[in-house]
Amino acid sequence: MSVHPAFSVLWPPGVVPSGHEEADAIFPDLNLGVLFEAALVGRERYDLRPFFSEPLASVEAIVYRQEVARDLEGPGVREAIDRFAAAMADAHAERERAEQRTYRYQRLVGALAALLHYGDAVEALARALPAAGPRSAGLRALGVDLAAYVAGPEFRSRLDTARAVDGELSGVAYALRIDGTRIGVEPFAGEADYSVEVERTFARFRQHGTKEYRFRSHGFDEFNHVEEEIFDHVVTLFPAPFAHLETVAAGVADFFDPVVLRFEREVQFLLSYLDLIAPLRAAGLGFAYPEVTPGPSEISVGATFDLALAGSAGRHDAPVVANEVRLSGPERVLVVTGPNQGGKTTFARSVGQLCYLARLGVPVPGEEARLPLCDRVFTLFDRAERPEELQGKLEEELHRAREILRRATPASVIVLNESFSSTSLSDAVFLGRKVLGAIIERGARAVYVTFADELATVDPAAVSVVAQVRPDDPTVRTFRVIRAAADGRAFATAIAAKYGLSYAQLAAGLPS
Amino acid sequence: MKTYLLFPDRDPPPPTAVGPLQQALLQDLDLATVVGAMSAGDPELLRIATAVLLAPAPPAAVVAFRQDVLDDCLRAPTTARKLYALAADALAEERRIWGWSEHSASSVLLRSLQVLGVFLGALRRLIELARAEGPALRSAGFRRLVAELDTELDDAFFREAAAHMERLRHRSPLLLSTGVGPEARPTEFTLRAPREERRRAWQRLLPARRSPRTVVIGDRDETGHRYLGDLTDRGLEPAAAALGRAADHLLQFLQAFRDEVGFYVGALNLADRLAATGNPVCRPRLDRADGPACDAQGLFDVGLALHLGRPVVANDVLAGGRRLVLLTGANRGGKSTLLRALGLAQLMAQAGLFVGARGYVGGVATGVYTHFRRAEDPGMTRGKLEEELARLRTITEAITPGALLLCNESLSSTNEQEGSEIADQVVRALVGHRVTVYYVTFLFEFADAWQRRAPQECLCLRVERRSDGSRSFRLVPGAPLPTSFAEDLYHQIWDAPPGPGAIRVDRDGSRRSPSGASFRAPTASPAEGGAAEGGP
Repeated sequence: MSVHPAFSVLWPPGVVPSGHEEADAIFPDLNLGVLFEAALVGRERYDLRPFFSEPLASVEAIVYRQEVARDLEGPGVREAIDRFAAAMADAHAERERAEQRTYRYQRLVGALAALLHYGDAVEALARALPAAGPRSAGLRALGVDLAAYVAGPEFRSRLDTARAVDGELSGVAYALRIDGTRIGVEPFAGEADYSVEVERTFARFRQHGTKEYRFRSHGFDEFNHVEEEIFDHVVTLFPAPFAHLETVAAGVADFFDPVVLRFEREVQFLLSYLDLIAPLRAAGLGFAYPEVTPGPSEISVGATFDLALAGSAGRHDAPVVANEVRLSGPERVLVVTGPNQGGKTTFARSVGQLCYLARLGVPVPGEEARLPLCDRVFTLFDRAERPEELQGKLEEELHRAREILRRATPASVIVLNESFSSTSLSDAVFLGRKVLGAIIERGARAVYVTFADELATVDPAAVSVVAQVRPDDPTVRTFRVIRAAADGRAFATAIAAKYGLSYAQLAAGLPS
Repeated sequence: MKTYLLFPDRDPPPPTAVGPLQQALLQDLDLATVVGAMSAGDPELLRIATAVLLAPAPPAAVVAFRQDVLDDCLRAPTTARKLYALAADALAEERRIWGWSEHSASSVLLRSLQVLGVFLGALRRLIELARAEGPALRSAGFRRLVAELDTELDDAFFREAAAHMERLRHRSPLLLSTGVGPEARPTEFTLRAPREERRRAWQRLLPARRSPRTVVIGDRDETGHRYLGDLTDRGLEPAAAALGRAADHLLQFLQAFRDEVGFYVGALNLADRLAATGNPVCRPRLDRADGPACDAQGLFDVGLALHLGRPVVANDVLAGGRRLVLLTGANRGGKSTLLRALGLAQLMAQAGLFVGARGYVGGVATGVYTHFRRAEDPGMTRGKLEEELARLRTITEAITPGALLLCNESLSSTNEQEGSEIADQVVRALVGHRVTVYYVTFLFEFADAWQRRAPQECLCLRVERRSDGSRSFRLVPGAPLPTSFAEDLYHQIWDAPPGPGAIRVDRDGSRRSPSGASFRAPTASPAEGGAAEGGP
């Protein structure tokens, strides 16, 4: 396709992919690595991994990709591309196998098959794609290019010839006459099917439901010398089809167009993500294409959730809890407090995921999503586990925090999880105040998970959100995180009451 | 080709797994004794007899069809036994024929040739026997079978079959047709019938017709020979599969034939055993449409007769269409035996067998269920009443109108008032649902209420009590009496001089040696306490 040799379905004209550095750092903390690995399963041959680490940097590029993704969600487009992908996979498999063969006619027959699969794939896509009515600039441009390509003389004549030769070859019918150690090769002369005669004789005994015989399959190995000799005879018996085969199957690799191959791969990136979220959608979870705006603007997403957690295997029985994420006007930081195992970290992760996924141009978990175009997502998560490294750990954490703040811009998003928890409460409050202050001063946005209630009231730009428990049974976490004043003491009292250990109970119940 | 001796127009349904309800039926009616006698030590006959007796009852017309076939067998027992032996022997021989793989055409081909050799031999003997003995058989089942064998197993068939086997035994020459497939490999091979079929022994001396293009495998070409073997195998696949299927179909036919004839051979075995005990049997009539409630004369427990090997007590049960038969009276008076006799007669009759009675008129039951008092299980975690109710619940979930339920002291694990109330509610519901219930009970309130409220709806049979107090083990029509005759035993033992040899007697008549610690106060009433006890 000579029209747009650099056509891409993932990047609009003029935009080139950039940057893997960010992804390496935040994937483990946000559990995105595990999630994306799951998306790769079954699509290994497309080498999709790099696409997940190449977030887009402009609103225009994000919209270009979102439009394509929306098109792919339509059944007509999806079906056309699935068929295309399957036929292309066959074409590649045939080609690779043919190239490994040594016997001349095995190579040629395999090359012909590859050529036919490729031709079928492209022709069918060129027909089906415009018919499915895509709206995205990317797929509309592809449709136009494909139409021109399949109508072009080079593609047309090659494919038509290949089909004719294929027809000739399937008309070849020969017979082997085995007698002792001699194998005669002759044209098939229409002799009767003997097993049918055997069946007929014994048909009177037919009972219901007997087993079918399945014999060992005979593999696709190289021809041995006897097979080659036999086939040489077949070629001399039917010279014309094999002469034609030689002509059409030569140089098959040139026939595979680079733009088609690039599309074949790139479209799988979006499909892999859409397939990953499909079961979650089917289970009733909402996804939305976020409206991404440039510059420091509000974050507003309804009913979002941790995608990695919702998508992990074995969780299907546990309901996924959805939460709101909102930061608007002067608000800069969400300070998350609440009971242990109450969903604080999950909430923080989901905010980081939202910002990163929006830049991949894919639908994000939640409803009515509006997100700023962030230049980068940073994470500061608790790392070391060994107590003897506490000193070193705090120091290392501070180093990382300083580095993040050095590089963060007003367009950055920072996720801090239980930062500085390896020290005393007063130290944690002190360090937290400092870091929060720096973030707010920088104008970046952040989610700060902490056990220190005091941090929730440190600044008017900090908003307190609290992981909730059931009011009637405080041991039961709801994993809902809502705007509320941080109050760790109220929770502790309720828990105590359940076990008869509240002050009132103990004061009244203990023997005097 | 079908046997069709159990149903006039179809194969018997495949046997289903024996569920807990059927397990209870087997145990409660002591079916093992009956099917044991039918098998005469042959495990196949045991399996067949059990399957047919436990299968859902066929329609009355099918029962009559089987009775006719059975009459033929009773008249010509040797023929039936020969037919069975012929199939059983062929099947035993088939099991000894070995094949190394079901996925190798050569193995399937060689094994099928051997198996077909055995089976065709059996079929030859079968058709000879059918032609010789057929004219003496009168039943519709045998007449159809003999006619079909005569048509299908004609001489032309045996000739054709032998010709195919002969051809396939010699694996060469073979003509295989094929085309150019993926990777230039041959497409499916089709085995063709060569045109020069007639080239026989003398022609082999002449030079064979040679294709001008021939590949010759050299003597030392190992790869070539392996490939040739493989090619031959592939070429023979469709024919091997066809022959394998033929052998499988014949196997199925002979198995079905062995099973269906085997049921009647089992009946012959049972008839021989019973004749030796001196208890008369009869061909029952099962043409009543309104359910299984029977009118039986001289009904006896076939299992008991087989155990004792002599004439046993026989009873008349003339239900006259009533759906409830209450059996009451003293312990060890023959109630359970009669209940078993009723259940066995029903199962045997609807399977197509004779029954242990002088005369029997009844109907087909849509199901036969038993709810018998279970021996105390020390490992049981649930209470006894709960266990009983749980079992009863399983039955009521499965039972349908037209079914028969045999209850033996059901709901006796609680006090009489409660047991009577539950029993009354259950039985009223079932009878109203057109279920026939034969119920052995000590629950006087329950039995008495039925007898007073709806005497025309229930038949009450009571253990006969002779004037001298001794038992005849017979049951005669009679209203339930307020006290159990266990009281007899109770007093008998209670009034006996106290001593270590005192015997405790349970309601069901089983005797146990006393263990002092378990003795209850002697004032416990038999109806409430569940046992009459003797003690110091």
